[in-house]
Amino acid sequence: MNKKRPVNLDLRTIKQPLPAITSILHRATGVVLFFGTLFMTYALSLSLESEAGFNETITMFEEGFIARLITWGLVSALLYHLLAGVRHLIMDAGHLEELESGTMAAKATLAVAAVAILLAGVWIW
Amino acid sequence: MVTSITSFGRSGLYDWMVQRVTAVVLLAYTIFMIGYLLFNSDMDYMQWKSLFECTSMRIFTLLALLSMAAHAWIGLWSVTTDYIKPTGLRFVVQSGCGLLTFIYVVWGIQILWSV
Repeated sequence: MNKKRPVNLDLRTIKQPLPAITSILHRATGVVLFFGTLFMTYALSLSLESEAGFNETITMFEEGFIARLITWGLVSALLYHLLAGVRHLIMDAGHLEELESGTMAAKATLAVAAVAILLAGVWIW
Repeated sequence: MVTSITSFGRSGLYDWMVQRVTAVVLLAYTIFMIGYLLFNSDMDYMQWKSLFECTSMRIFTLLALLSMAAHAWIGLWSVTTDYIKPTGLRFVVQSGCGLLTFIYVVWGIQILWSV
C-alpha cells in the first residue's frame, strides 16, 4: 500500500457522524466514572462509618453546591454510559447496524440520555 | 506478530465477553441502587447500615465492585492504547489506572466488611 497517500486526522476539520459522537461520549463518560468513583467511594465510606458520618454525608449532598454538582455530573455520566452501553448490547445482537438505523439509535440514545439527565437533575435538586 | 500483554484476558474475544458480562452486572446494580434510593428518600442511618449488613447485599456489592474493576480496566486499556502512543507514558498511565483500580477493590472490601 502506498504510504504517501494524504491522510486527514485533524479532528477539528472532520465532521463526526452522530454514532461517532455517541461513541466518543461513551468513552469520555467511562473515564469520568472511573475517577468519579473516588468521590462516590468516599461518600459511601463516610455514610456507613457512623451515625454522625451518615448525617455529614446527607448534609454534604443537601447543602453543598459543589457536592451536588459533582453528584449530578457523575449520575449524568452514569446514565449516559449505561444507555450507550445498552445500545452496544443491542448492536452485539445484530440490530441497529445499518446506516439509517444506526443514526436513529444514536439519536435515540442522546435524546433518552438528555431526558434522564434532566430528571436526575430534578431529583438531586 | 506482537501479541498484547496488557489486555485483561490476553485475548480480545475474552475481553469482549468479560466487558459485556460485567456491564450487565453493573446495569443490574445501578438499577437496584437508583430504585432503592428513589423509594427510600427519607431513610435513616439504621436502615442504610442494615442494608449493607445483609449478606446478599454484600455479595451483590462485591460482585459489582469486582465487575467494575474488570470493566474499567478493559475500557481504560482500550482508550489508553488508542490515544497514548509513546510506550513509556502509556505504561505509566496504565499502571496508575491499575493501582487506582486495586485501591478501589481493597477500599470497597474494607468499607463493606466494617459495617
